[in-house]
Amino acid sequence: MRVLVAMSGGVDSSVAAARLVAGGHEVVGATLKLWGGASDSGCCSVADVDDARRVAQQLGIAHHVFNLAEEFEASVVAPYVADHVAGRTPNPCIECNRHIKFDRLLERSGRLGFDALATGHHARVAPGPAGEGHRLRRGADAAKDQSYVLSMLGQSQLARLVLPVGAMTKAEVRAEAAALGLRTAAKPDSQDVCFIHSATGRAGFLAGRLALHPATVVDRRSGEAVGTVEGIELVTVGQRRGMGQAPDGSRRYVVAVDVSTRRVTVGGAAEALTREVALVPSSLTWVGAPLAEGTAAVAQVSAHGRPAPCVLGSGPSGPVVRFAEAQRPVAPGQTVALYDAGDPDDVVGAGIAA
Amino acid sequence: MSASPARAPSVTYLDHGSTSPVRPEVADAMAPFATARFGNASGAHRMARDARRALEEARETVAGVLGSAPAEVVFTGGGTESDNLAVLGVLAAAVERGDRWPTVVCSAVEHAAVLEPCRAAAKGSARLAGVPAVVVREVGVDPDCVVDLDALEAALDPSVALVSVMLANNEVGTLQPLAEVVARVRRMAPGAAVHTDAVPAAPFVDLAAAAAGADLISVSAHKLGGPKGSGALVVREGTVVRPLLHGGGQERERRSGTHDVAGAVGLATALADAARTRLSESARVAALRDRLADGLLAAVDGVVESVDRRRVLPGHCHLRVTGVEQEELLVLLDDGGVCASAGAACASGALEPSHVLGAMGVGPADARSAVRFTLGHTTTGDDVDRALAVIPGAVARLRR
Repeated sequence: MRVLVAMSGGVDSSVAAARLVAGGHEVVGATLKLWGGASDSGCCSVADVDDARRVAQQLGIAHHVFNLAEEFEASVVAPYVADHVAGRTPNPCIECNRHIKFDRLLERSGRLGFDALATGHHARVAPGPAGEGHRLRRGADAAKDQSYVLSMLGQSQLARLVLPVGAMTKAEVRAEAAALGLRTAAKPDSQDVCFIHSATGRAGFLAGRLALHPATVVDRRSGEAVGTVEGIELVTVGQRRGMGQAPDGSRRYVVAVDVSTRRVTVGGAAEALTREVALVPSSLTWVGAPLAEGTAAVAQVSAHGRPAPCVLGSGPSGPVVRFAEAQRPVAPGQTVALYDAGDPDDVVGAGIAA
Repeated sequence: MSASPARAPSVTYLDHGSTSPVRPEVADAMAPFATARFGNASGAHRMARDARRALEEARETVAGVLGSAPAEVVFTGGGTESDNLAVLGVLAAAVERGDRWPTVVCSAVEHAAVLEPCRAAAKGSARLAGVPAVVVREVGVDPDCVVDLDALEAALDPSVALVSVMLANNEVGTLQPLAEVVARVRRMAPGAAVHTDAVPAAPFVDLAAAAAGADLISVSAHKLGGPKGSGALVVREGTVVRPLLHGGGQERERRSGTHDVAGAVGLATALADAARTRLSESARVAALRDRLADGLLAAVDGVVESVDRRRVLPGHCHLRVTGVEQEELLVLLDDGGVCASAGAACASGALEPSHVLGAMGVGPADARSAVRFTLGHTTTGDDVDRALAVIPGAVARLRR
């Protein structure tokens, strides 16, 4: 099989490439150049390209660097900024997977004659029910499972996707890299969004791209103004940081963000809970057959969040996920990944919180 | 190339613009300096004198080819260093003379090795080189990449300390009207020095004639069959450059550092070889380039030559292939053993949008369909045949 391996310069994609080479496949590595601005947050910095290239050299495979910076700006960065202007909290890594890695890059791999695209994601592609199609499953290492950020994939992508390290634990991945003498064996995992500089953070990045507007913080129950924030665009539903305490000493959480009226509503821990999250109808994707309304599932609302039993229902604006137990609210723009109630390692689909 | 040996094809090297194979005569001429003739040319004893003799013979050869006096030749570590020394060296000298805010005029299509020192100086990043601040005026080009002489003239005034216009453009190959540039500078900015980056032009152009009016000329060995890491800057008498490298004061205080005698000998040998065979080689390479270009235009729909062939260097074939992404085409060509390129790579190795095509008015989408083939002293008819066998198929696959 001719496989193009997306190599980020991290240890997971390094071992993914190594396993494919060991498996006798024709392997070529590629690193994406997505961001030309100032950033030290791993993933595609020049140092990472160098690391990926060196690993490719050690494995004896060809390595290319693809400049998709224009597409990245248009599909990931600009929408990220626009979402903040609208008071939403997007997940740019998911959008990069949706538009860049498993769209542009996947298409490119086909045009270049590759049978499949491989990545170092900790997740598994498995044969579908009755041997038809494919399933997407959590990675073997629960602490490192990345099925959440792949939850938007469908059959056409899964048919061409190979995930060589999904059945390994992180410790096994590092051990294999070390055994092979790969430069990236001990390299720390990249944690942050690749285009955000750790020194200035999200606030610094956004301040350079949009006008930040002050807003009033209002207590949900009393309706009283209890403070202000400098940039409403930086506030996330569910956020505790910066919201201070109620007079009784209890913590305040953001319950709602209204950009048009420049109001941030806060409440106590109990009030900040919700039993449901509406999904943007056009954002719903399914790995296999769509879930029928009323079906039980398990929802995960952040990369390593605790899965919560739920039922898929509908509301006035479209699909609604109703949780069995009250949860912290899901900020609009965040992805809700749905797993099979009977086999919670199986990804069923995903949608974006409205 | 793919790892599987069964699929490894022979190499069809059409990227002389990026670097060229070392000429056998050059390798032979350089070899003794890695072994028996290892002296430091700056010393006093016989080993040093021997190295010094080789250095000065090389200097005279380079001077002859470039139409300058030996004292005007500064050996450097390559084209980028020569360009940096020209730009920052002249500007630092101007500042020293009391010009507190010197102006640089350059074409918008100069190599990064000229543009970047200009921009660094403008941002105040060149203070350590003795250049606190400069004004940079970049002059546009026409759709054929020829510098706009009227715009250049409009940018000239007594505050201009340096004008830099390349002899030929490295990306699309267009030859620049350097003599006209010089004439206008002498008239409108008589205090300014004229620098020309002759790096891509050197294999094919009579530099002594074409750059006769320039005050500074950059050349690089590895573009004409010499070693990497070796170049020269002609600094005409009367033109002052402050050094970038401070130390032992070699090259008459213009470039400190123990001499790379092997490199200088390699540069001299390559320049001499190129000069000796220039006319026949230019004709031979141009004919091969024409066969390649005509062959591709005939075999592939939607291919456009970026610049009229009569205006470019003999080895340049710069095309735009409609509906094809250059990155993808280069991968398929590489799979087929064909080595070509498309503009400059950034620090990560990824292709950057071409500032040259942008200056020529080519839109971003068209610019991403550009590919450059550059032929040179080792290119043969077989190379052209193999390229014509690989390229059309690659394009067809990408358009499917």
